[in-house]
Amino acid sequence: MLRFFLRRVTLILPTFIGVTLASFLLIHAVPGDPIEVRVGEHGIAPERLAALRHEFGLDQPLWKQFLDYETQLATGHLGTSTVTHAPVWDEFLSLFPATVELGVCAMIFALCIGLPLGVIAAVRRGTAFDYGLMGISVTGASMPIFWWGLMVILIFSVTLGWTPVSGRVSDMFYVEPWSGFMLIDAWYSDDEGAVRSALSHLVLPTIVLGTIPLATIARMTRSAMLEVLGEDFIRTARAKGLSPGRVVVVHALRNALIPVVTVVGLQVGSLLGGAILTETIFAWPGVGHWLVEAIQRRDYPVLQGGTLLIAVLVMAVNLGVDVTYGFLNPRIRR
Amino acid sequence: MKSTRSLLAAAAAIGLLAASAPAQAKTLVYCSEGSPENFNPMINTTGTTFNANRPVYGRLVDFKPGTTEVEAGLAEKWTVSEDSKTFTFNLRKNAKWHSNKNFKPTRGFNADDVIFSFERQWKDENPYHKVSGGGYDYFADMSMPSLLESITKIDDYTVKFVLKKPQAPFLANLAMDFAAIQSKEYADTLTKLGKPELIDQEPIGTGPFEFVTYVRDANIRFKRFEAFYGTKARVDTLVYSINKDPAVRLAKLRANECQISFGPLPADLPSIKADKNLVLLQQSGLNIGYLALNNLKPPFTDVRVRQAINMAIDKKAILDAVYQGAGTPAKNLIPPTLWSYNTKVEDYKYDPAAAKKLLAEAGFPDGFETDLWAMPVQRPYNPDARRVGELMQSDLAKVGIKTKIVSYEWGEYRKRVQNGEHGMAQLGWTGDNGDPDNFFVPLAGCASSRIGGGSASKFCNKEFEALIQKASEITNQSERAKLYEQAQVIMHREAPFFLIAHSVVFVPMRTNVTGFKMSPLGTFEFTNVDLK
Amino acid sequence: MRQLWRGFSENRGAVFGLGLLVVLIFTAIFADVVAPFSPIDQFRDSFLTPPVWQEGGSWTYVLGTDDVGRDMLSRLIHGARLSILIGLMVVALSLSMGTVLGLAAAFAGGVVDVLIMRVMDVVLVFPSILLAIVIVAILGPGLFNAMIAVSVVTLPSYTRLVRASALSELARDYVTATRSAGAGTFRLMFSTVLPNCAAPLIVQASLGFSTAILDAAALGFLGLGAQPPTPEWGTMLAGALQYYQRAWWVLTFPGLSILLTVLAFNLFGDGLRDALDPKLKR
Repeated sequence: MLRFFLRRVTLILPTFIGVTLASFLLIHAVPGDPIEVRVGEHGIAPERLAALRHEFGLDQPLWKQFLDYETQLATGHLGTSTVTHAPVWDEFLSLFPATVELGVCAMIFALCIGLPLGVIAAVRRGTAFDYGLMGISVTGASMPIFWWGLMVILIFSVTLGWTPVSGRVSDMFYVEPWSGFMLIDAWYSDDEGAVRSALSHLVLPTIVLGTIPLATIARMTRSAMLEVLGEDFIRTARAKGLSPGRVVVVHALRNALIPVVTVVGLQVGSLLGGAILTETIFAWPGVGHWLVEAIQRRDYPVLQGGTLLIAVLVMAVNLGVDVTYGFLNPRIRR
Repeated sequence: MKSTRSLLAAAAAIGLLAASAPAQAKTLVYCSEGSPENFNPMINTTGTTFNANRPVYGRLVDFKPGTTEVEAGLAEKWTVSEDSKTFTFNLRKNAKWHSNKNFKPTRGFNADDVIFSFERQWKDENPYHKVSGGGYDYFADMSMPSLLESITKIDDYTVKFVLKKPQAPFLANLAMDFAAIQSKEYADTLTKLGKPELIDQEPIGTGPFEFVTYVRDANIRFKRFEAFYGTKARVDTLVYSINKDPAVRLAKLRANECQISFGPLPADLPSIKADKNLVLLQQSGLNIGYLALNNLKPPFTDVRVRQAINMAIDKKAILDAVYQGAGTPAKNLIPPTLWSYNTKVEDYKYDPAAAKKLLAEAGFPDGFETDLWAMPVQRPYNPDARRVGELMQSDLAKVGIKTKIVSYEWGEYRKRVQNGEHGMAQLGWTGDNGDPDNFFVPLAGCASSRIGGGSASKFCNKEFEALIQKASEITNQSERAKLYEQAQVIMHREAPFFLIAHSVVFVPMRTNVTGFKMSPLGTFEFTNVDLK
Repeated sequence: MRQLWRGFSENRGAVFGLGLLVVLIFTAIFADVVAPFSPIDQFRDSFLTPPVWQEGGSWTYVLGTDDVGRDMLSRLIHGARLSILIGLMVVALSLSMGTVLGLAAAFAGGVVDVLIMRVMDVVLVFPSILLAIVIVAILGPGLFNAMIAVSVVTLPSYTRLVRASALSELARDYVTATRSAGAGTFRLMFSTVLPNCAAPLIVQASLGFSTAILDAAALGFLGLGAQPPTPEWGTMLAGALQYYQRAWWVLTFPGLSILLTVLAFNLFGDGLRDALDPKLKR
């Protein structure tokens, strides 16, 4: 098992170096200068422009900048933002919990609804319910989520006024940023209003970000269940006279869960992609929002550090899924 | 668990948790338009950052709220020498510094802080000069480095500024945001802690509000500074709620999630006016939005072509569709609120037939092809350059001028325009000190028309240049005004721009807000604001 | 073929998708004839006219007008043309590049294989929309550049697919036979191996249409795709942002069009997959 794990990790190393190189090169190929972008209509004196460019090492040849960057990384530094002058790592840390909070809620939402729906569809295969559900699920998977987000805002926030339009908690509440997770912090602040406000701010982004995973999970669960339900041990269990509910939940679902969980794990990448759009629409102060802003501001260090951290995260999750899968299913431990 | 919680709450202490009991404490929420870059106005140039720092920092002198008049700030009074080269400031003795978890001040504000704050921006050897990347743009823009001879401390509460040459607007410059005063003691404390950069992230000032927290892209919280030397702030807590989307700001204002808001969408103005819970303040902005015709590039070198374009575009349609009432059509480069505005100039009439005729005379009976640039960002003087571009495009097509709309990322856009790569490009300007010179020289002067210079029109007319040069050298305002009026007549004739509009700045707020005054400089100030 | 159609037509969703596609392609081809107006004509006297069934609407502009007075219906119809074009271009680009790379990896093996597949791994590690945004930022905003960005982002799935099926084909006897008969590598690649892995590729390509259209629309929405006044649906949504609270139709219709188109391709692709490969049918 350990050898399997180590082999997977060594496989990842070249990818990791490739990722640092790719993020570096891509971002430096972006036209526009992080210093110039800060200047308004008033312009900037050429001497100071030169001084600032020197300060951020932008006057060095590209290969030198890359080596400096790698050295910096090796010593655990991601650089400082050219806009705020705060360390990239600090900024990431302060924003990441918001993204995690949204992502986890979206995943929970998708699982809690997608799993049971998939199971029911499988059990009632061929009924109107099944067709309806599959229709909805393929629609969900086809959803342009940037539009979906705006539509739910238009309907639930603007027209009906049920939920707040954007943000994480009403500004009327002071919630001390203790863990960075608004729900936990609001709970901790002992203020019922703050908790309620945080919850109501979470509802729409959760639904929007959870839509595609929900559709995928429902479909996956259905097909995995169908496969399992057709197998011998289920028939045996049925023949033994166990109640249908028990057969479905205890025997079939448990076996169908493995592929579903794998899919959930592999969705992290696309979830982060979705988070970029969702956060932009709901002005959710998370990592996705931060990166889109950084592109507009040509904030190289933030872009580099941010994309790198996200890529590392995706790699780590993939590794985790891989290893878990290998653990569950010894056959693939070649 | 419960006990640690209350302990923590007690530790977080005084006033911080006041917001959880909104009934007793007054909280004012301002819906702002963006995140500040950091908490030091010296190293930034955006209005957003200046507004976010305004509650915290004090300056030697201030603009009287709602005006551009200078009044006493941290300096109680000052004297100017005969030759207008020496300014001596008597500092106030009762100004106190804020405190935070890293810093408990042992002394009040004094001359050392003034020296520190100016030397930080001025002198390379100041230990804080390079902190946060340096780059004291406004300090340089106001030509302080070439203007300042010396700043000396006479005693703890007297500071003397000596200039190399007399300059009348110097005092007003000290009221600008970049001239904020930071605490030297705080700087020293942070140096000892090894975290000098915190001076610009967790600010300490002498202003009416103390900084509490900043959650990136979400909000900034301030609390009233009880030891403030002047009239204390009316509200206990001040929150800047950061919302980029103007529609969201309005929704929050309507829901009373904020009580006062940064500029709304022009499209929403009628519904704001109709809402009985809201009040709409307005003031014309000190700005101009225009379409610059590249005077160095044929066919725009021909004045007939420039005039034809001025007649071919329907200005009214742009104002109706894009500005939607939040703009006044522009016929001169300077806004009508500025002295020397020439009211006699008559704008070109929208007349496609005449435009076609002029084009034919200029040798383009079938028009020509060119590019039409549109900024990718919303600016105070132009709410939506792409839309404006589309409207212009379709008007120009009617007289045979085929245009391609071009846009680049904002920094890139400006750079390319400065290099004169465009045929026609939209851009604009916001004035900083209320002097016509601040408009004419950078936008239409010969010096900035060089490749890489700030002028987008690349306009350089001898007659015009002579007038604005002369006007900048004399001090008598009415004489200057005459020269500028003449200059505007020439500019009208030469038509280097298609002038679009001066925007009107709107501030919507709830009816229970009192004491708020709009500033002609576009800044937001909340010291005197209260909630009924 | 007939068997394929029988398998396909059993699937009601797929037939529905196909139907939608036919309508879509028809409007795309005959956009100039079908659309009542030019998509970029501005009617200065009717800004933000609501659709016909709402008070204030008229039959002149059936689905209303946008903020500079352009007919929504005409823009949507011309947008269909663009979307189909985007789908075609992106799929063609990534399919051809992916095929070449995948075959090269499978045939050359060794360093080339490792190199190509590592690069694909790197591409896959970035969330696709993020990578596409960065690529467009480099190339500059525009419809064509957006298509290139989306092609690059979708490249790995084609490459992996081609490589995997080519490898499994290579191990078969008939390939060894052709090879020993003296066929050249190129011949082997394109006329022997490739046709035999066509089925999964066709499925992937038809599903690729939907990804391409979605991603290109997302870029348009972020202001990085097609530039105004091009009636691309995502770009139309971006333009609608300022007005959607007052004029729901400028938001609703372009989004709905994207959804329906993507849905059509997804249904069609699913149906095709089930019909082509009964083993995969679930």
